[in-house]
Amino acid sequence: MRQGKYPFVIGFLAAPVTLYLVFVIWPYIQTFQISLTNWNGFSAPQFVGLDNFTKLFQDNIFWRAVSHHVLMLIALPLVTITVALFFSFLLNLGGKLQGGQLRGVGGSAFYKVVFFLPQVLALAIVGVVFSQVYQQGDARGSGDGVINAVLRVVHLPTVGFITDPHIAMGSMIGVMIWQAVGFYVVLFSAGMASIPKELFEAAALDGANRSTLFFKVTLPLLWDTLQVGWIYLGIAAFDGFAIVQVMSVDQGGPDHSTTVLPLEIWRNGFNLAHQGYASAMGVVLFFATLTFAAIAMRVTKRDSIEF
Amino acid sequence: MSEVKPQGIDRRTLMQRVGLTALIAGPGISVLSACATSSNSGTSGTSGAVTYSKDPKNPFGVKASNPLDVVIFNGGYKDLYATQSHEPLYIKNFPGAKIKHEPIVEINTALQPRFNSSTNIPDVVDNSGTALMDDGALVTAGQMLDLTKFWASPSVDDPNTTIKDSVLAGTVEAGLVAGKPYLMNYVATTYGLWYNQTLFDKHGWTPPKTFVEFKALCDKIKAAGITPFGYAGKNAMYYMYWLIEMSAAKLGGNQVLFDIDNLKAGAWTADPVKKAATAWAEICQKYSDKSFLGLKHTQVQTLQDQDKVAFYPSGDWLENEMKGVPAADFKYTICPLPDIGGEQMAYPAIRIAPGEPFFVAAKGKNPAGGLEYFRLMLSKEGAQGFFQKAGGISVVKGALEGLQLSPGATSVVAAQKAAGSNNITYNQFETWYKALETELRTQTNKLCYGGGTADAFCTAMQAAADKTKADSTITKQTR
Repeated sequence: MRQGKYPFVIGFLAAPVTLYLVFVIWPYIQTFQISLTNWNGFSAPQFVGLDNFTKLFQDNIFWRAVSHHVLMLIALPLVTITVALFFSFLLNLGGKLQGGQLRGVGGSAFYKVVFFLPQVLALAIVGVVFSQVYQQGDARGSGDGVINAVLRVVHLPTVGFITDPHIAMGSMIGVMIWQAVGFYVVLFSAGMASIPKELFEAAALDGANRSTLFFKVTLPLLWDTLQVGWIYLGIAAFDGFAIVQVMSVDQGGPDHSTTVLPLEIWRNGFNLAHQGYASAMGVVLFFATLTFAAIAMRVTKRDSIEF
Repeated sequence: MSEVKPQGIDRRTLMQRVGLTALIAGPGISVLSACATSSNSGTSGTSGAVTYSKDPKNPFGVKASNPLDVVIFNGGYKDLYATQSHEPLYIKNFPGAKIKHEPIVEINTALQPRFNSSTNIPDVVDNSGTALMDDGALVTAGQMLDLTKFWASPSVDDPNTTIKDSVLAGTVEAGLVAGKPYLMNYVATTYGLWYNQTLFDKHGWTPPKTFVEFKALCDKIKAAGITPFGYAGKNAMYYMYWLIEMSAAKLGGNQVLFDIDNLKAGAWTADPVKKAATAWAEICQKYSDKSFLGLKHTQVQTLQDQDKVAFYPSGDWLENEMKGVPAADFKYTICPLPDIGGEQMAYPAIRIAPGEPFFVAAKGKNPAGGLEYFRLMLSKEGAQGFFQKAGGISVVKGALEGLQLSPGATSVVAAQKAAGSNNITYNQFETWYKALETELRTQTNKLCYGGGTADAFCTAMQAAADKTKADSTITKQTR
């Protein structure tokens, strides 16, 4: 198909590329442009140079949001990947040795569906559901969510998951982990399924028990997938908007203890009519995410193993 | 035989490439005009002009052939009052007129792009709710129509009375933005503490006049197994800071609130504010429940409807908002704030504030129609329609005389009569300086449900007010 190859390719690419340029790239460029102005959303913008950025770096709330992102960057990938690895290992290789073949634990097919279910739910719905689950009832116990009701039954003090400024962020991260695990269980299961079974058999023949199998065989061969998962989760750690906006007290919650950068961008851009300032935050978030992705790829780089 | 490729591109390839580039560049250039910041000079289509006259039937020169675009905030008052009362009234007076009705909740999200790109600008906008548009920004961009001539035009019910004289005193002033009247505040909202008269009758409780009586009553309520007081910390903590503002104004006079609005130094650490914060913090910490911090307003209001919470602060939209939820014998009743001690405006002073701001878009297609719509809203028929469909009391003087009122509205009218001229003013900084208001929300929750102290509250708010004052990028207003 030498003849007419380029028009064919361009013809099919024209529409998607235009869409991508208009709806993804152009807003990025505009954000950079708006961040150098003091636009309030209605009047013509005036150029103010790097004023927004100077104001940003002196803003307490901005730094609190950044600290929450650092917390999420550490907690989210670590916990999600650990739990997902554990689950997918059990579901694929954790069962009995049957005729030389490693299988998952009983009922794996069912568990796979159940674990993936949270991914199917819209984030806003997850937020509403967990608002109820986390609810703390009044002194007499009416209005308790599921967790606090159980605590009350065993005579433990109830916990204000969303209302206590010290643990509110942890509650939000918990929800994000709950929602994310399913996807990575499926991802790692796919990764494990592509590892030839002969390797496991050989290792088992050499006397490897299950934990050695996991750390010496599965993990290294799964490294590429883990790297992908780590970067995805790291990028998700710069988000958290939907969960915090729906679940937290006063959106950013109690006393700025759950605020995240996308939420502050939204608040400044649309509630407080400081589009220029919000765009400056957007630019900072952009570079932070890019930097993280670049560093993560560099650090987790290993020679890929051909098999 | 192998193909002989000429050097460079042949004519055919060149024409193909030029054609393809034109195909992409054509729409591509129009795509570049999708700049978010470009404000179109001039409007697309004809922007209607307003010809003012003294004609009692049509003082703005409305043409029935011009369609009208009305945006209503679909919140506590819902939008039936527009579709079933005001819009039919407009069509009755201008037969054949077409009205496009848009009930919107997120006003800013839905309308900001339309105003910004000058496409499809509505004529009438009910700029209310949590996601309302910034008035100052709209006025600076010339998007609101100046209502000075409107207020001087003849009213519907009496052509010899101007519209300004047919509404409550202070309505026009409440709609000033940067010194000119741009907003038409439609509702005269009364604020106070709400309780269920039936529940109180059952237990023989009477609403308190002083904080001493209040605390004694709360003890009795607590002993009966009911939470005496509560507000929704998750999203409606502004109901709570209104109580602090009102008590501060009762103690020190309305000047206390004017000073806060004008960002005067020391306005937040003034004695009346501190006293009010202390009194209400005590009520919250002793007689409320910390778990309410995680509840939305509908949840706490439902608890009140179930007689699990006794006192709840709100405006008089409360009864209509919870229509159908409480039992049939639930009687919403308002009571003025109790006295802390040493009040300049003693009990039963109450706050009646004009609210629910509407504006006519200056760059809309039918501003004359918009003004006429306002005029009809402010007629007695329009005011009564609003009350019947939305349960709210409008700013039109004497509109509800002779009507059968709900228990909530009856108690509001009685409270207004009892208060007389003792009207606690409202705060304008809540819309002027949104960043300051955001901080107030945080501090209120901290004070009332976070175990905070009044000193910390006042100091933090003063710091935030000073920061707002020092920020030169924020346009300042005074009153």
